Amino acid sequence: MKRVVALLMENQPGALSRVVGLFSQRGYNIESLIVAPTEDPSLSRLTMTTEGDSKVVEQITKQLNKLIDVVKVLDLSQEDYIGRELLLIKLPSGKDVESEVDNLGGMILFKNQELLNAQFVGTSEEVDNIISILEKVNPLEVVRTGLSGLSSTSKTLNI
Amino acid sequence: MSKDRLSGAQALMRSLQEEGVEIIFGYPGGAALHMYDALFQQQAIQHILVRHEQGAVHAADGYARSSGKPGVVFVTSGPGATNAITGLATAFMDSTPVIVISGQVKAHLIGTDSFQETDMIGVSRPIVKHSFLVQKAEDIPTVIKKAFHIATTGRPGPVVIDIPKNVTDPEYTFNYSHPKEIDIRSYNPVEEGHLGQIRKAAKLLLNSERPVIYSGGGVIQDDASDELIELAKLLNFPVTNTLMGLGAYPGTDDQFLGMLGMHGTYEANMAMHNSDLILAVGARFDDRITNDPAQFALKAKKIHIDVDPASLSKIISVDVPIVGLAKTCLRQLIEELEKNKVKIDQDKVRPWLDQIANWRKNHGLDHDMINKPSKSGKILPQQVIQSLYKETKGEAYVTSDVGQHQMFAAQYYFFDKPRKWINSGGLGTMGFGLPAAMGVQFAFPKASVACVTGEGSIQMCIQELSTCLQYNLPIKIINVNNSALGMVKQWQDMQYGGRLSESTYEDSLPDFIKLTESFGHVGIKVDQLSDLESCMKETFSLKDKLVFLDVIVDQDEHVYPMLEAGMALDSMWLDKNTKTWE
Repeated sequence: MKRVVALLMENQPGALSRVVGLFSQRGYNIESLIVAPTEDPSLSRLTMTTEGDSKVVEQITKQLNKLIDVVKVLDLSQEDYIGRELLLIKLPSGKDVESEVDNLGGMILFKNQELLNAQFVGTSEEVDNIISILEKVNPLEVVRTGLSGLSSTSKTLNI
Repeated sequence: MSKDRLSGAQALMRSLQEEGVEIIFGYPGGAALHMYDALFQQQAIQHILVRHEQGAVHAADGYARSSGKPGVVFVTSGPGATNAITGLATAFMDSTPVIVISGQVKAHLIGTDSFQETDMIGVSRPIVKHSFLVQKAEDIPTVIKKAFHIATTGRPGPVVIDIPKNVTDPEYTFNYSHPKEIDIRSYNPVEEGHLGQIRKAAKLLLNSERPVIYSGGGVIQDDASDELIELAKLLNFPVTNTLMGLGAYPGTDDQFLGMLGMHGTYEANMAMHNSDLILAVGARFDDRITNDPAQFALKAKKIHIDVDPASLSKIISVDVPIVGLAKTCLRQLIEELEKNKVKIDQDKVRPWLDQIANWRKNHGLDHDMINKPSKSGKILPQQVIQSLYKETKGEAYVTSDVGQHQMFAAQYYFFDKPRKWINSGGLGTMGFGLPAAMGVQFAFPKASVACVTGEGSIQMCIQELSTCLQYNLPIKIINVNNSALGMVKQWQDMQYGGRLSESTYEDSLPDFIKLTESFGHVGIKVDQLSDLESCMKETFSLKDKLVFLDVIVDQDEHVYPMLEAGMALDSMWLDKNTKTWE
């Protein structure tokens, strides 16, 4: 089952490699990982998705908590959460393509005679779906950010 | 607080002094030269020059395990750093506080494949509790303070501090001050156990009829031996120790079952398997203990005290997990039991203790083998350990290497005190024994220190015999010499049809006596049981000398009991022809 773990860590060199290293070292898979500094520049926030039962995820969160650079860990998928990812896609130009983007709820960010860049936001499943629909217009390049998540309960990941 | 203008290297030495460091084990090199020059210009800290960086880390580790104080190592960049890796992994697996300070190439050269450059932080990452790459000289006092705090608190572990050469440059000085306290916001190990959990545990303890206390290295790390004994005596419960936990409970006490697990005693493994309650303290249910986790002690409720939350329910799901220091939690448990006002009925476990005594009578270890010549006429490894025990009256510090001799030492030497048995339990590092013994001897210069080893293990760090001469370390090396990689051979005998693939040396072993003598020490060889005790006596009578006692033993002896892989704890080989299951 897909699990989403969010964490705050020290925003300093080496911290990310410790987090990523932990996964390979302990034999866990990372499906996606997204990281950026927070409004407090001394911290970075990271969201990762992984496969595993609750026992595995419990071990993962405990092992992450042991890392000195990790300040706080939250298993988002334990309760209700909002997960979204950003899809950027490069498509050939054309009226039909533009209307397809529009129908799918996307936004065109750039276009010229040859191609256009569009953006979509959605759950991972929605993004999967959009990509498969747009396959028929032969996309030139597809990039997705991986899931970013926020708990929708009163639980917060703050220090 | 001292306010001086110091260079990074001087600040390093000063900070180490302020942390109470008395001794550093190390080996100099290019990137560490500024550090070594500052070391030269101070007197408070002694430096021990080893012959290989692996030896430095094991020595610091032995020093830490025996004294409870952190062990400190200096190495240079590149090969100096990578040679320290095995020592770091050893310390990491056994959770010991070792701090390795490695020189690094100058910051502007990092990443350019410069001479003797290795990404030490990257290479050591999975085998350290934490690591620091020092960016500027001013950071040194804080980094040192943090490193010592992290290495020695919570679940202890090794810390690496990598210092680029420019950071220790003597030409650059700054106003030095050592922080009195530090706060690491993401690191606050739990010390006290949750009171609700302590109460639940106390209730289970009072209601149990077939209990076992199973304790590990955590009890030794936390200096919780007194509390463990007090609890066991209060409840009249039997106690078994892991390989790492030997000495936490007195080996000669009636309630002691010996070691458990892969080569544990029959009674310890049977007691675990048949118990209705296991109180695990500072132990981690590793695979050498549980055998098949799905068949592990199914009738038992489990209480688990550990300072590392990640150890709880990692392998075996437990009924009452308690996060906290062994010492604190055991004290809490004792207080809870005492204030309960329920009279503790020590006789309640009597039938269970009788049952255990019966197991011991039927299949326990024979601690009198030394008085019985073997069928082969050769000295048996068990007899060597029994002779060592007799000669040292059980009071020596015993370090060991890895293999059959290690298991025999764990089985046949009774450790009555913690921190006396020093071995590489988790990583199983051959070569650990001799340098670890050096560390112990430096921590306790007057103590009797024995290194139980084999002709395989000793050759992995034998260069340290030279260090032992330089510093006059009167270590007694007990070489249980069976001319084979004994544990490998045992498995090949038992599971590979006796095909001894690369586990013997075809008469290529050195003459250990001449070898020892060439290093300036004394060598004694013995191959007859009738001479064993007198040679052992002679070895220990040479108080100021390192003595290498080379004991030629039966090559075909196996370590028993031995758990059968993939089965429960009651499935053991008791000798070459006897097993406990159908």
